[in-house]
Amino acid sequence: MIKGFGKYVIMFIVLVLVQVLILNNIQLSGLINPYIYILFILLLPFTIPGYFLLGISFLLGISIDIFSNTPGIHSGATVLLGFLRPGIAQLISSREIIEKGNTPNLTQLGFASFLKYVVISVLIHHLFLFFAETFSFGDFLETLLRWILSSIFSIVIILASQFIIFKN
Amino acid sequence: MRSLFRFLLRNYFLMMFLILEAISLVLIVSLNDYQRVTFFNSSNNFAGTIYERFSNLDDYFSLGRTNARLAAENASLRKQLQMRIMNQENYPINRPDTVEAPAYIFTSAKVISNSVNKQFNYITINKGSRHGIKPDMGIINADGVVGVITNVSQNYSTGLSLLNKRLLIPAKITTNNYFGSLVWDGEHFNTADLKEIPFHVIVNVGDTVVTSGYSNIFPDGMMIGIIKKFGVVSGTNFYDIKVELSTNFKTLKYVEVVQNTKRAELIKLESNNITE
Repeated sequence: MIKGFGKYVIMFIVLVLVQVLILNNIQLSGLINPYIYILFILLLPFTIPGYFLLGISFLLGISIDIFSNTPGIHSGATVLLGFLRPGIAQLISSREIIEKGNTPNLTQLGFASFLKYVVISVLIHHLFLFFAETFSFGDFLETLLRWILSSIFSIVIILASQFIIFKN
Repeated sequence: MRSLFRFLLRNYFLMMFLILEAISLVLIVSLNDYQRVTFFNSSNNFAGTIYERFSNLDDYFSLGRTNARLAAENASLRKQLQMRIMNQENYPINRPDTVEAPAYIFTSAKVISNSVNKQFNYITINKGSRHGIKPDMGIINADGVVGVITNVSQNYSTGLSLLNKRLLIPAKITTNNYFGSLVWDGEHFNTADLKEIPFHVIVNVGDTVVTSGYSNIFPDGMMIGIIKKFGVVSGTNFYDIKVELSTNFKTLKYVEVVQNTKRAELIKLESNNITE
């Protein structure tokens, strides 16, 4: 169904493990916890069927939830991202690129579009995540700060990883 | 009907999104402790009131039983009082110090939500921070130990019930004062396991198990249950003791929250031992 199915399976496993084993243990001052596993959803091909996109988003989120003991929080955020992804893709890139069945990566989109794509996606995902976690607007400013700082870190890590991979 | 199917099929992406998001939300609210308390609290005008109204209505039907229980508790308290008065007459030197504040303060509360059928059961009561409830206070009722408070909102508190495998209570056997820890076996709502009682101790079926007072949550000697049966596990040095709990978690209605007023002092003192 998808080109390079095996590649995606490996990417799924690696991203989940990196997230739960390494990044979840990095909590700088309690404000910054980067979540880069959504890179998996970002890199799925444009032409992927909708049910598959939502299903795999849910599966990814629930895997992270199982490891970090937060049932529903990550899966809710990833399903939201999966749902909005087609819209974001239309927003940042032209119709030809989407219809050609490309994967939305750095080389296909170019830096400016890819940056926009990552920033919008990370912001949406993290916004849901942090507010679902605190579950109130009581500490609104603190949650806002965590959202912005963590998003910046996630974006930087995701972009850096893409540069390292596509340089070779 | 067919047009409904066609509609669903055409909008399957949106439908699937809504279903998966709903599943996530249910998971968030039902499985995360913190979110449950907050959800409960933020919607207390709705869910909280309905719960409480229903509970109030339900109260009328159990008035007879509640009265009988209160009368029995009164009788037992009166007996204790009498014994204390007699003691004081015989040994006037034992008169309690009235200057010192009491070590334990009790607050009565009503159970508004409770379960017995999960591996980790929680209990919700209708008193919260407004009434001076704080985390790590004990919950008891007339029959014995019920649980420990873990989360407090303004008007409600939730806690681990004794029927929660994460709760360990220091307990001792009254006949010989040996202590171990009591933890629920996860099987039946009126039995728990007493662990860490070594072999050389003489244990009998019917011995009373009470709190040991080492936990600084419960006072010394609160009833927990009686020993139902005990056995030997091969390869260990400890008994496998089954305790029949004296509290009936299925009919739990009124509880009291115990506050140890000297707890902070005790913890501060004991923490010195660790840092040395």
